[in-house]
Amino acid sequence: MINCILKPDFIKPVFLGAVIFAALAFLPSLVDSYYMSLAISIVSFAVLATAWSMFSGPTRYISLATVVFFGIGAYTVAVLGEVLPFPVVLVCAALAGTMLALLVGFSTLRLAGVYFVIFTFGLTELVRQVVSWYEVNVTREMGRYIFLDITQNDIYWQLLTLFAVLLLTGFILGRSRLGFALRIIGEDETVARHCGINVTRVKVALFVLSAVFMTLTGAIMAPRWTYIDPVIAFNPMLSFQVVIMALLGGPRRLLGPLLGVIPLTLLFEVLTANFPNHFSIMLGVTFMVIVYLLPGGVIGLYEKYRTPQKASPSNGHSKTEEKTA
Amino acid sequence: MLSYAVFSGITLGGMYALVAMGLTLQYGVSRIMNLAYGELVIVASFAAFVLMTSAGINPVIGLLIFIPASFALNWAIYRILLSPLVARAKNRGMLEVDSILATFGLLFIVQGILLVWFGGNYYSYDFMNGAVDVFGAAIAANRLVALGFALVFGLGFYLVLTRTRMGTALRAVAVDPQSARLVAIDVNFAACFAFALGGAMAAVGGVLVSMFLTFSTSMGVAFTMKALIVVIMGGVGNMLGALVAGLILGIAEALVATYIDPGLTIAVTYVIFLLVLLIKPSGLFGRTVS
Repeated sequence: MINCILKPDFIKPVFLGAVIFAALAFLPSLVDSYYMSLAISIVSFAVLATAWSMFSGPTRYISLATVVFFGIGAYTVAVLGEVLPFPVVLVCAALAGTMLALLVGFSTLRLAGVYFVIFTFGLTELVRQVVSWYEVNVTREMGRYIFLDITQNDIYWQLLTLFAVLLLTGFILGRSRLGFALRIIGEDETVARHCGINVTRVKVALFVLSAVFMTLTGAIMAPRWTYIDPVIAFNPMLSFQVVIMALLGGPRRLLGPLLGVIPLTLLFEVLTANFPNHFSIMLGVTFMVIVYLLPGGVIGLYEKYRTPQKASPSNGHSKTEEKTA
Repeated sequence: MLSYAVFSGITLGGMYALVAMGLTLQYGVSRIMNLAYGELVIVASFAAFVLMTSAGINPVIGLLIFIPASFALNWAIYRILLSPLVARAKNRGMLEVDSILATFGLLFIVQGILLVWFGGNYYSYDFMNGAVDVFGAAIAANRLVALGFALVFGLGFYLVLTRTRMGTALRAVAVDPQSARLVAIDVNFAACFAFALGGAMAAVGGVLVSMFLTFSTSMGVAFTMKALIVVIMGGVGNMLGALVAGLILGIAEALVATYIDPGLTIAVTYVIFLLVLLIKPSGLFGRTVS
């Protein structure tokens, strides 16, 4: 681990990334609040889509429950925000996300992928119903207010930091034993098992990791709303948007989802402004187009035309190797 | 109280079983994991509502229109949307992933269209609301009618699958699509037919449910979820399993709604699902999957 970090092919991209992120941190002093809110949307979706791809890209286990973790993060802030200092609240949110991810992971990830998909598909509905039930019967208040002394710029910087940490994690993961194990599982689970990989444990570990980033995004974004209720916090549309973005960009590369996030966040902005009632339909159509025409995402398309010989199905191993290269 | 809860559980469970039978056909034979399935149930509920309130045609007669219409609609969905995915998939896993994604998109399109037309409110209509006395519990006549039709359709469906040539072919494809081809079964046709038939079952379920329950545009996901759980619990492709699992789910839900809190019905569904996953993921009557 240590000696791989000191290699120049590790230092160079990390250094480049650090420079770019440092430059991005100055954005608030350059643009007005409208563009800041757009930037926040882009960075938050970037974290969500990258975190989603970190697990679902290599394993091809489609998680439809992004908003569950996001919403739990937001709710943790709503409940604890005025009681505890904000960093402690973030830790609590991460713990809550970890617990739920462990529960979901251990009950479904030892089975075939379809059980996981089904479980996550209905999970949003379940969590929303349980939270609503709790609020109606125990606290007797349906909504909650979040008044915290956190500005839009603070949110932006926090998200940017989170994204930088996520990219670094993904980068290290890509060259670690765990990441390699995950890619083998994605190619063929039986082979992975025969290589001596504890398949379930690797999948659960990655799922928890990705869930923690989603939960933290929700927690950081919460002060932006001032008012939340279960319907706002657990809106299934968000899970859908994240899957679309990741798939458009290409979930099998670290920076792939980013290529989907930027155009689609701008598109969503235009759609919500001009067709608020038809948003869901337009989104569905966009999604179908991506699934049918761009199965490998933008990155897949780029790779296909850049190096046609790598697209041959007989050469399956080159795919796993080139990611580390 | 108890007999009422059990009876409403049986009607509800009967609906779940019926709806799940269609889904198990779509997943078992056509190999399509259809996440938009519940939306098609709700579309049928709204169609019955529109026919009843605007034209005054009662839903039982409406079924004569809805069954062929939904069969044709699902046939078209399979031919236009899903067969390209079937053609491009290299193995079953890839088709599963692609079909999940495509139908997930379809879900939002259908839901979006319903929202534009009907908004987010709850709907219901009056149809045979009179009470009938069953073992000391006053039961609305529409529930009895719905249950009766569910039994007729469920039984008819079962007989079609087990007693006819077409049904046997469908079951053969469910067991092994490769070998089915060797005995001159047109697998593509069978898959398309099974998908359409499954969709027709969804429509029947939707119409029957609309007779006695209030429904809204956002209920589709819950229906899909329950149908999926019933399918897994009963074992994929197992009709009898779907019936038993549907009844268990319906009764458990009705008991919790009556004695604990109606706000926790999805929690019950999930507890049952978790138990199935932890104890016997291949389903109550399912064979162990290799």
